[in-house]
Amino acid sequence: MNNINHSWERFTVRERLSRTIVYVISVITFVWSLKTVEIIPEFLYDAPEQMADLFTRMWPIDFAFYPIKVHDALIETVNIATLGTLTAILMSIPLAIMSASNIVKNPISHWVARFFLVSSRSVNSLIWALFFVAIFGPGVIAGVLAIGFRSIGFIGKLLGEALEEVNMGSVEALRSTGTSWPIIMIKAYWPQVKPAFVSIILFRWDINVRESAVLGMVGAGGIGVVINDSLNLFEWQRVSISLLTIFVLVILAEILVVSIRKRLI
Amino acid sequence: MKIAAKSPLIIKDLTHAYTSGSLVLKGINITVNSPEIIAIIGPSGTGKSTLLRCINRLVEATSGEIIIDDINFCKSKGILFKKQRRRLGMIFQEYNLVERLTVIENILSGRLGYMTFWKAARRKFSQKDIDQAFDLLDFVGLTEHSKKRADKLSGGQRQRVGIARAIMQDPKILLADEPTSSLDPKTSVEIMELISHFSREKKIPVLINLHDVNLAKRFADRIIGMSEGHIIFDGKPNDLTDDSLKQIYGGESWLK
Amino acid sequence: MVKVNQNRSNPFPKKLSTTLIWLVFITYLVYLINSFGLEWTRFVDGLSYANTLIERMMPPNFSRWELLLDGLWESIEISVIASSLGIFLSLFFGLFAARNLMPIYVSAPVRVFIALCRSFHPIIIAILFVKSVGFGALAGILTLIVASIGFIAKLFAESIEEISSKQIEAIKSTGASFGSIIIFSVLPQVFSRFIGFSTYQFDSNLRNSTMIGIVGAGGLGGTLFSAFQRFDYDFVAAILITIVSVILFWEFLSNVIRRIFT
Repeated sequence: MNNINHSWERFTVRERLSRTIVYVISVITFVWSLKTVEIIPEFLYDAPEQMADLFTRMWPIDFAFYPIKVHDALIETVNIATLGTLTAILMSIPLAIMSASNIVKNPISHWVARFFLVSSRSVNSLIWALFFVAIFGPGVIAGVLAIGFRSIGFIGKLLGEALEEVNMGSVEALRSTGTSWPIIMIKAYWPQVKPAFVSIILFRWDINVRESAVLGMVGAGGIGVVINDSLNLFEWQRVSISLLTIFVLVILAEILVVSIRKRLI
Repeated sequence: MKIAAKSPLIIKDLTHAYTSGSLVLKGINITVNSPEIIAIIGPSGTGKSTLLRCINRLVEATSGEIIIDDINFCKSKGILFKKQRRRLGMIFQEYNLVERLTVIENILSGRLGYMTFWKAARRKFSQKDIDQAFDLLDFVGLTEHSKKRADKLSGGQRQRVGIARAIMQDPKILLADEPTSSLDPKTSVEIMELISHFSREKKIPVLINLHDVNLAKRFADRIIGMSEGHIIFDGKPNDLTDDSLKQIYGGESWLK
Repeated sequence: MVKVNQNRSNPFPKKLSTTLIWLVFITYLVYLINSFGLEWTRFVDGLSYANTLIERMMPPNFSRWELLLDGLWESIEISVIASSLGIFLSLFFGLFAARNLMPIYVSAPVRVFIALCRSFHPIIIAILFVKSVGFGALAGILTLIVASIGFIAKLFAESIEEISSKQIEAIKSTGASFGSIIIFSVLPQVFSRFIGFSTYQFDSNLRNSTMIGIVGAGGLGGTLFSAFQRFDYDFVAAILITIVSVILFWEFLSNVIRRIFT
């Protein structure tokens, strides 16, 4: 009875082959990149010393600078983030609906929506900002649109996925009563995606606050403008007060988001 | 002249205290004679689970001795500790299988105490181990499930894998912590039969916590009743009277 | 017939709190739009200029493809090196930050460090590195290593904290060594999530590496920025198309990888 030669392999031959290929390719890519990247070794060895020097110049923090420029820029940053997120919501809702295969059955609209969503995500908000500054000139409009266009992809994709996970039972029920399509959206889909929707919005707003802080580097308004100016004038201590402000802002935004989440869920 | 057989497990004055200082095990003394099936019964919270976990040192006892083959396990360190622990097979109430690994991998993991880290990392189990694993798999009736992920099995099936894993350790002593609590009555009996079978076939003693007194009476050679951290009954199942049960569990209304 | 006193009030009453929240919200919107001084004419002007701009972007100009490729390779190199080192370091940082494996005097400072890595936008970190180690790929690599640690180490620590201790207990009781316990009970539970984080972070690093070049940290971002400043919008279009394609390609590749390892 025990003449059967048992063998056990953790992975099938094919699985092992594919895993090995991935490992090998990763290692090759890493080594090749290391060899071809242009780094001046002296700069690498110098690095810790240079960074220490930088930090000495950034200390002590110039708190007096805050009320002059930083405070207003801070408010402007938050406003950019908020308005940008709101704009994105407006534009992403139709795209999300189009990308949800259970709502719109047409595969063409599905791919068109996906195309817009992916493109929006692939372009950094900073690059969008460059673009909009070139069109609308430096200022807040460029910032709001940059944040907005970047967020469409994020919100649209997650919202589309949430819509696809909806329980179709309640939708069917309403359809069988002959209700019109917009009302079905409001009464059957919306209640089910509302928690996910709120979560997505809060998450994106949090990220957008961080992004808005740097858009000013290319002229799109907010605290980034202040940082850019201080950098160009080598006023390191003003740079550090701006950085500190951003840090505090990010923490406050996270606290706000967490407490809203706790209250709603 | 009868030569006393060497006792595989002697527990002397074992105590265990919670971090708050209150004692849960208040001086446990057990001498195990090989091989026998010992059922430990008692109300929840009386320390049955803690006792078992002290024996294989998943939990460290506060004082006392656990003597396995004349060596005090409590004081063992390093290689000796490993050598002693791998001879203690444990079966858990909630099966404690590695959910994402397959059935056969879970069974083979019983040999980990006998393998170096490098062999384990490369999953190099010996052919002997693999054969034994498949034999055990067949014996517990799960042959077709060998490559299934553990989380796809039913409770009874999972416990059988747990038993197979414990037997793979080639244990000297089996510890079972309420192995049937999460199972239906029929499956519970099947599991108890499996455990009894292995105990008799491999001639190893089993200490098994049970909450079902009838199961204990049916399968055990010896019953130990605990209450509030003490042993208050240690004898044959037939000697377990209603009075003894009252003493162990307290209250009368649950006794018919 | 018994007359039952039924309360027939409106089952959908208007809550005062909801109305108030809407009021606050709309006031805020109005204030926003005012404070921005968003003039309608300026916006419309911008729109017509946008039209011109888009015309100048078409057709995309790939004639300077060598420059494009140089920048692209550099971005990829930066991402690969930064991701590999970042993932490797995150394994350790994540392990040390796990509160169920490490004592508090180890996990707490590590968690603070990880939080710091996350707080700042890569651009800011890039600026700091550029100012200290000079222009070029080195600054980019260091920046993205920091960004990777902030993301992967945090999520890795969280997934370690979520694992079931029961599985660990079982493997422990077989007498296995610490290393074997990690391999057989911790790793199976967290490995596939770790692969997920790593592929996501490579994606994120790829995108970021095309951007931090704007402040001099190497890669395609620098090429893009100079093209913008020279008003070479058709070249800009070519660069943007390249970036989007590369990211799309990686999305496809990472799906394959995730399927192989899960």
